[in-house]
Order: sequence, then structure tokens, then C-alpha cells
Amino acid sequence: MDAIADFLLNGWPVALVIASAAYVAWIFAKVLMSGATDRAKLSLQLAPLICTAGTFLLWELFCKALSISTFVLPAPSDIAISLWQFRRQIGLHSFHTAWMTIAGFGLAVAFGIALGLLFGASRFFYAGFYPLLVGFNTVPKVAVVPILVIWFGVGWLPAVLTAFMISFFPIVVNVATGLATIEPETEDVMKALGATKFQIMTKIGIPRSLPYFFGSLKVAITLAYIGSVIAEYNASRFGIGNLMARASADFNVPLLFASLIALAILGVGMYMATVWLENRMTGWAQRSSFAAG
Amino acid sequence: MRPFVELTGVSHTYATGGTLAVDGLDIKVNEGEFAAVVGPSGCGKSTLMKLATGLQFPQKGAVVVDGKEVRDPVKMAGMAFQAPTLLPWRTTLENLMLPLEIVEPHRSRLRKHKAEYVAKAEALLESVGLKGAGAKFPWQLSGGMQQRASLCRALIHEPKLLMLDEPFGALDAFTREELWCVIRDLHARMSGTLTVILVTHDLREAVFLADRIFCMSSRPGKIIAEREVEFARPRDIEITYTPQFSDIVHDLRARIAEARATA
Ligand SMILES: Nc1ncnc2c1ncn2[C@@H]1O[C@H](COP(=O)(O)OP(=O)(O)O)[C@@H](O)[C@H]1O
Ligand SMILES: [Mg+2]
Repeated sequence: MDAIADFLLNGWPVALVIASAAYVAWIFAKVLMSGATDRAKLSLQLAPLICTAGTFLLWELFCKALSISTFVLPAPSDIAISLWQFRRQIGLHSFHTAWMTIAGFGLAVAFGIALGLLFGASRFFYAGFYPLLVGFNTVPKVAVVPILVIWFGVGWLPAVLTAFMISFFPIVVNVATGLATIEPETEDVMKALGATKFQIMTKIGIPRSLPYFFGSLKVAITLAYIGSVIAEYNASRFGIGNLMARASADFNVPLLFASLIALAILGVGMYMATVWLENRMTGWAQRSSFAAG
Repeated sequence: MRPFVELTGVSHTYATGGTLAVDGLDIKVNEGEFAAVVGPSGCGKSTLMKLATGLQFPQKGAVVVDGKEVRDPVKMAGMAFQAPTLLPWRTTLENLMLPLEIVEPHRSRLRKHKAEYVAKAEALLESVGLKGAGAKFPWQLSGGMQQRASLCRALIHEPKLLMLDEPFGALDAFTREELWCVIRDLHARMSGTLTVILVTHDLREAVFLADRIFCMSSRPGKIIAEREVEFARPRDIEITYTPQFSDIVHDLRARIAEARATA
């Protein structure tokens, strides 16, 4: 176990570079082998690569040409060096952040579905609790972190709870919306067959709210991520947020930027995972009439 | 023949104190009959359907279906609307099975006799010209095909009452005539056991399909004319081009126009 962990901690940037290079090569191969008609479409897949690489190149040139100090804005090459130097720490802390985010997100999904179903099924609860929920949602969660620290101390729990609190709202709203917007005619068809409220929920409401639910996941995961990093920054000994807090205390600007890059990579990874899940689970909604309306 | 659906002196408003949607409706449809309700849009035709199926309850008057006063949704009616309302996450065949998952005795038999029910659904699809479309999703079908599937769904559990609310309103003229024949044949197959109420604003459609036609005034809806259509069944689509057919359509038109003028 330790050997594997050690290998991963040392080697993850290399693995990432190899994977990206393989991906780029694969797309290039597809473009080269395709016919003239497909080429235009496939070239579009190269656009993100070109633009990303171009942005970093400009950044590099900008820093070098004006010889900006790494203390103000490190060039991508400096960041890469720092990333490599601190790869073990960054890897470890990223792993921790990912854990906190996923745990908080998982709680948010469970709680969000339960509350969303309740709201969708009962107008009383919807009307009664909605204002309270909106109020809760508008409170900046940074302000809640100190309270969590008083309750639970510094550690992993505040991070998980912050991630949870910040991310469950969109799930609740989307699940409830899916249930509350059943077409009245479909409901009439069901009622005239003698369907109970429960049957209408399970046969129409829940399947119908799935696209809304999966759509909300990509918003929720991003929010959960923000929540866990905020909490780590303020109240943890682990996580990228904490690493950044320490880097900024040491004025280690390249490390700060390297942490930011790691955050971006991790965030994109988690976002893509939920988008993939969404496409897999609700393929029907992408083609049917309700995707448009 | 006994009356199957009977509304006596039924008035309804959607909001207390609001204007009436329908006012003093008197309607009697016999068992096995094909009735049509025609009238301008907004006159309360859909309201009439909801009242007759127990989806709305009248402020005044009585609704009796199959000999019982209606107090809850009727629990057995098949319904089809202008929009096909098929569930996009289910295949056409699965959509057809939906009523069987709800209505007894099918609901408790479904698991054990799945193959039998699937065969029945496929036969029904074939009879409306949708052979082999069962595995497709609704969005892979044309509008006319979706409407056919929607009719099948309304009939799969062999209801005694079929309610059709402008089911052909969104279709082109050719498809509409094809579907007239589909619904005519489905009604004929259930000889005498299926009562149909068709809401439409197309007089030709009403005359071609129905045994009895009710004309409604504009809001608040009242019955301003009722007449029987005596053409022998099965009716061929060609009869819509005969003078007798045109006479009936003209007669209905005139009665509606007269009622509107005096109102
Ligand atoms: N759910 C509703 N709430 C309030 N008013 C309604 C509702 N449904 C219908 N109405 C009103 O009742 C009248 C009759 O409607 P409807 O029965 O749908 O007419 P039709 O089907 O003949 O076009 C209309 O004026 C409409 O505005
Ligand atoms: Mg209507």
C-alpha cells in the first residue's frame, strides 16, 4: 500500500503529462485519418488545446519580456518547477481536498434528493420552507466556518460540512422543480386511471426530475469544491486550501500558483465526471422535447 | 340501452365567484355510443371531460358514470389529448404498458403474465399501423405516430370509457383522416362495450365518427343543440363527400351560428 501511495505521490505530474500527451496524440490521429468533411468538425476538438496552450505561452512571454518578478506573477515555467518540487505535498493535499469535496457532495446529494422530493410532493412544505431555505442559502458560508470550528474543532468535519451546506440548495430546487412541473395532462391521464399520488410520483415525477437532478450535480460539485477549499483555508491542517494558506504566509508565490493550477485540474476533473454521469443517465432528455422547453 | 355517462344541470367555475366555465350542462351518452362534443375554443369542452371523469367536481348538478355518482377520478377511463403526452424516457411499448401498471386486475397480473401483455400491446400497435415501433422512443416517431401510440395507451387496459380531447387538432389533414379511420376501427372492435366521448372543433370529424353530437355555446358553455347521426357503420371515409354528410355538417353549423347570434 505504502509503496503504491509513494509511487503515486511522486509520479502524478508525470502520469498527468503522459495522459494529456496521449489524448492530444489521439485527437491528432483522428484529425489526420479522417476524411475532408469530418476534418472541420474534428479540428474543433483541437481548439481547446490550442487556446489553452496559447494562453500559457502568452503568459510566459509576457512575464519574460517584461521580466516580471516571480514574487508578483510567476511565469508558467516557474509554476511548473514549483509544482514538480512540491509534487508530494500538492498531491497529498489535493487528495484530501477531493475527499472532503466528495464527502460533502455525497451528503448534499442525499439530503438534496430527500428535501427535493418532500418539496415536490407537498405544497405546504414547499411554501413553508422555501423562504427559510433561500435565506440560509444567501448567508456567505465563510461566515459559518468559525461556528463549525467552535462546534467541531479544526479538522475534516468543518470542510465536509461547509461543502455540504453550500452545495445542497441547487439539488433541492432542481428535484422539486422536476416534480412540480409535471404536465397537467399527463397527471390527468394518470388520475383517470386511478393512480395514487405515490404512483404518479414514482412513475412520472421522479423519472421526469432526473435530468434536472443530474443537471444540478455539475453546479453542486463546483460549489462543494469551493466550500471545502474555503474551510480548509480557514480551519484545517490539510487540503489544498491549507497549503495555500501556508504558502501565502511564507510568500511562496510560485507554490501558491502551483496550488491554484492543481485546484483547477482537480475541479475540471470532478466537473467532467458529473457531466459524463449526466450524459449517461439522461440521454433521453437531450433529444426529447423537454430538453428545449 | 342504458345511459353510461350522464350529466344533469352541471355548472362549474374554476375560481369561487369567478365566471362560470360551463353552465347547466345536460348530457346523456349511452353505453357503447360514440359521442362528440363540438364548440368554439374556450367554451368548456375540456372542462366537460374533466367533470365526466371526476378530475373536477361540479358546483351544481350531478355527474353519473356507469350508474354511480362520480366523487373521485373514475379509475378506468382512457384519455388522449392534443399533445400525445407520452413519457420520453420510456419506449413506445413501455409507454403502452403504463396503464397496466396501475389499473387492476392487470396490475397484479402484469409481472407473471408479462409476455401475454407484451403480445397484446404489440398486437394493438400493429392494428394502428405501428408494427415494430414498440422499441422506439416517442421522440423517434412522427407526430401522427405518437398520436396513434397515445390512442393505444388509452385503450390497452380495455377501458369502458374513452375520452378524447381534440386528439387530432395538431395533425395535418391527411394524417387526421387516417386517424379517424383508426379510431373508428378501434371503436368497432370493442363492439358495444366502449363508450367514447370525443371533443373537437371540427364538425366533419364529429359527423364522420359520432353517433350523437352535442354543440356547445361559447363561454359559459351550454348545450345548444344535440343531434344523432344515422349513417350505417362501418362508415367509409368516402361518405364525407356525400350530400347527406354535407347536409348534416351544414345543419350543425347553422344551429351554432343561430345560437351565437341570439346569445
Ligand atoms: N385550470 C383552470 N383554471 C382556471 N380556469 C380554467 C382552467 N381550465 C379552464 N379554465 C377556463 O375555463 C374555460 C373553459 O376552458 P376549457 O374547458 O379548457 O375550454 P375548451 O376545452 O373548450 O377550449 C376557459 O375560459 C378557461 O379559461
Ligand atoms: Mg380544450
